[in-house]
Amino acid sequence: MGVLSQFTASDYLMALPMTLLAVFALGILLIDLMLPPEEKWVNALLAFVGVLFATKGVWTIQQWMHANVSVSKGAVGMMGTMLMNPCAIYFFYLFLAATAISILMSARYMKTEHENHGEYYALMLLSVVGMMCMAAGIDIVLIFIGLELMAISTYVLVGFLRRDRRSNEAALKYLLLGAFSSGIFAYGLSLLYGLTGSTSLIDIGRGLASIYAKDPHNPVAIVALLTTVTGLLFKIAAVPFHQWAPDAYEGAPTCITGFMSVAVKAAGWAMLLRIMGATYPTFPNAVLGLAAMRPVYVPLFVFVSIATMTGANFAALTQTNTKRLLAYSSIAHVGYMLLGLIAGTPTQLSPDGIKGILIYLLVYTFMNLGAFGVLTSLRHRNVIGDELDDLNGLYSRAPVEAVLMLIFLLSLAGIPPLAGFWGKYFIFLSLIETGHYALASLGVLYSVFGLYYYLKMANAMFMGQPEERGLLPVSWTMRAALAITAFATLFIGIMPDRFINLVNWSLIIQTSPVARLMR
Amino acid sequence: MQNHILSIILFTPLVGALVLLFVPKENKDAIRWIANFFALGGFLISLPLVPMFWSQINSPERFKFIEGVPNNWIPSIGAGYVIGIDGISFLLIMLTTLLGWISILSSWTAIEVRVKEYYVWFLILQTGMLGVFMALDFFLFFVFWEAMLVPMYLLIGIWGGPRKLYAAIKFFLYTLAGSVLMLLGILFLYFHHQHLTGVYTFSLTALYETAPKIYSDPAYGPTIATLLFFAFFFAFAIKVPMFPFHTWLPDAHVEAPTAGSVILAGVLLKMGTYGFIRFSLPFFPGVMWNPATFLHLTVRGWMITLSIIGIIYGALVSLMQKDMKKLVAYSSVSHLGFCTLGIFALNSAGLSGSVLQQINHGISTGALFLIVGILYERRHTREIAEYGGISNVMPVYATITMIMFLSSMGLPLLNGFVGEFTILQGTFMENWRWGAWAVPGVVLAAAYLLWLYQRVFFGTVTNPKNEKLHDLTGREVLTFVPLLILAFWIGLYPKPFFKILEQPVNQIVQNVRAPHDGDAVNAAVEHEITAAPVATTAAVINPPAAVQPAKGKQ
Repeated sequence: MGVLSQFTASDYLMALPMTLLAVFALGILLIDLMLPPEEKWVNALLAFVGVLFATKGVWTIQQWMHANVSVSKGAVGMMGTMLMNPCAIYFFYLFLAATAISILMSARYMKTEHENHGEYYALMLLSVVGMMCMAAGIDIVLIFIGLELMAISTYVLVGFLRRDRRSNEAALKYLLLGAFSSGIFAYGLSLLYGLTGSTSLIDIGRGLASIYAKDPHNPVAIVALLTTVTGLLFKIAAVPFHQWAPDAYEGAPTCITGFMSVAVKAAGWAMLLRIMGATYPTFPNAVLGLAAMRPVYVPLFVFVSIATMTGANFAALTQTNTKRLLAYSSIAHVGYMLLGLIAGTPTQLSPDGIKGILIYLLVYTFMNLGAFGVLTSLRHRNVIGDELDDLNGLYSRAPVEAVLMLIFLLSLAGIPPLAGFWGKYFIFLSLIETGHYALASLGVLYSVFGLYYYLKMANAMFMGQPEERGLLPVSWTMRAALAITAFATLFIGIMPDRFINLVNWSLIIQTSPVARLMR
Repeated sequence: MQNHILSIILFTPLVGALVLLFVPKENKDAIRWIANFFALGGFLISLPLVPMFWSQINSPERFKFIEGVPNNWIPSIGAGYVIGIDGISFLLIMLTTLLGWISILSSWTAIEVRVKEYYVWFLILQTGMLGVFMALDFFLFFVFWEAMLVPMYLLIGIWGGPRKLYAAIKFFLYTLAGSVLMLLGILFLYFHHQHLTGVYTFSLTALYETAPKIYSDPAYGPTIATLLFFAFFFAFAIKVPMFPFHTWLPDAHVEAPTAGSVILAGVLLKMGTYGFIRFSLPFFPGVMWNPATFLHLTVRGWMITLSIIGIIYGALVSLMQKDMKKLVAYSSVSHLGFCTLGIFALNSAGLSGSVLQQINHGISTGALFLIVGILYERRHTREIAEYGGISNVMPVYATITMIMFLSSMGLPLLNGFVGEFTILQGTFMENWRWGAWAVPGVVLAAAYLLWLYQRVFFGTVTNPKNEKLHDLTGREVLTFVPLLILAFWIGLYPKPFFKILEQPVNQIVQNVRAPHDGDAVNAAVEHEITAAPVATTAAVINPPAAVQPAKGKQ
């Protein structure tokens, strides 16, 4: 009881969303036992309600931060392991939105696959708890625990189609490579601890800054940086650490692929931004996390982002499986997002670059989930698989889905006025602003490249001839999921202003002179 | 009405597309009637713009009928819904609404499958094109510029010919590749403007103030300005298309449905030339006079050279085509070469001739594609060798074709002559060698068109399949009537057209000539002062007056 007495009301408040999710996850496990097979939909409903409760919890935290000036820019709690700031709240909302949509997408799919078990939803909620620890953690131990909680839940979810060999293979591959990368990551973190004598990213940041100031080529610091960054790049699936992604994406249940490609990826990014020192209340002034090592890691990131854009875009060209194609496309998107970290001076991150990454993650959540949602809705036993040819003539069989898919694909390609454009826009804007013209040109040309494989899917849907006739049935939960994602993709695309302001708020960026002029 | 006339013109087709969504797709006739109603409505609603514009023709504002204020759309980045027109965009808008109506009318029997989608995409395309010509905000322009690719891609890809998938993707990728670099260029200008004034804005009138200063700014200099010019150049040159970037055009034209080709040739290609006139020239006047050379040619020299190559090459390739549509497609490369030649002559004659020639090309080549489409609809082949002696079976058709061929090859009294003559006049004023190189293009145009006419229409009917062809229907004649009227009007009395173009053209020429006529470096920055000696008719229009609206907002 001695430890717990240090807890104050604000600590409990900070942990509220995670506690709620955990309670619902455990509750689902219990209730699942009492449900007859035909009433398993209650699990999905419970999970959805759990997400709603957690959202309310996040909202409460946000209100509390609004109300108290002392914590409005961020509050450290849970005995110094958690930093609750607007950026963490932004990520919380992102995770919860992605999870809610994924739950809507899953309900019918899991029934079709005869794998409608409560564990599925419980694991999903637990992985969100892990994600939240990663986004809000400021202590490498908490971040690592969050990472493992998320990762282990996801391994199981990937292999959830027990009777499907591809699913099992994907889960095993994902587990082995994921464990390997976690090991490297943990090694890097242990070196950081050894160098600075603290597990808090604040102290690590200060310690590294003084080490770097004394000796920019300190070998232990460089090894620590390299191993940590390697672990992080594994988690967001950047080339050359991306090999697990296409296999895991292909084998996993399609709705989990969607979930992984947005929520799990966003969590990886939240962790990466924390550790790279981008999402602190003092950003961009104080140097925290690994930010002091920026001159060392920038060339590395330039290499990785070019390799990622190149590798993923070329690999995607030849894919015939839609899930693999979207997997490579999501790797390519990581390449564009990494450009946001490169933007800035040699010693300082550009707030606009980080803003670009956050907006990119927001729009990516909706458009990519939407695309996977359409693929999921096509999955009916022995009717439509995930080959590109299976999309042939989709327009005549499911016109609404086909048009929505076109919207999602064009958005992924970054055609205005769709949401995806804004992600790319802010990334390239930050590059131009800080003088990286060559990188920006390379990035935009690769985005043209990307259009080719998205159009391959569009061609199949609109210009191919279907092998079978007849309309495809779509469940109402899926309709809701598609409606939400499509609406968000269009709305953010046409009226992005409030979302840009939301990201400005989450990064505590002052609004630009134009905005002041207008009001 | 007067305040929102542009928005009404802009969104009428889009409203039509939305209405069509609620019509059951089995009811093809209803869909056709509604689509034609909105297309014709879109044209009729743009007609009141003519007297309205005419009454304001001498008003000193550079852009008229301005709607919206800068930064009203996305304040946090400084993008606004600002639309307005000057004489150049006025003519192109009228051309767009007219050709949009004609192409939709001409699709009545040509499109039999997926009718509803066809008209929906077509109407959306119409809004996109109009938006490009109206936008006075760079961001808005870019959104329309890109968004309009999607419906065109689908029109080619779904209703196109045998190699439609290839052509559709090629069209989309080519044009997108050009325009993404333009986005980076736009962002550079955006930050440059902020750097100078402290305000983030995409407003065109504001950027007109700052962008020319990049050339003489010691921090950037001529090299950066030239690179920026090329960032824009690729977007526009691919669209025009100028010589080495033209390879998408024959594919897209040959595979596109007739109406798609009409719009593609008539309007879409004009976006490239419009971009040069609206953005490249006013933004980078200094680059035009940049003495730095690459392979012995300055930037302007390259533009002229590529235009001349396009003129000659396009004409020569047209001569040897076996497919009528491909012939017309390559003739577009040649004709658009004249347009870019006129633009980079950088004088009033060249520029106004170029804009007029763009209108002419829309009229003539639009008609040529309709002509090819009519024959294709009857025989389902475009091979020239399949035809011969068509004038015996289709006399009305042959007459209209003759007039349009003559207009396209630039016969006096018809529209093509006026445009080409003015362009060549402007070119000769700059450098007689350029003019001398371009003139063979006119001769070659007569050669390939007359030869085509001879092979298809003269002689006796050799192919028995052609004996039973029926002449034009009333609807088909109707599609040609406005084009014929315009062809004769511009040919006989082009004065009103030049009058409309006078003010904007003089303004652009004055700006772009300032670095050359005045002190080469300072003039770009202080053009208000140095502009006084180069008194043209437009010199009374004080350049700062044009940017007054933007300043008023601050």
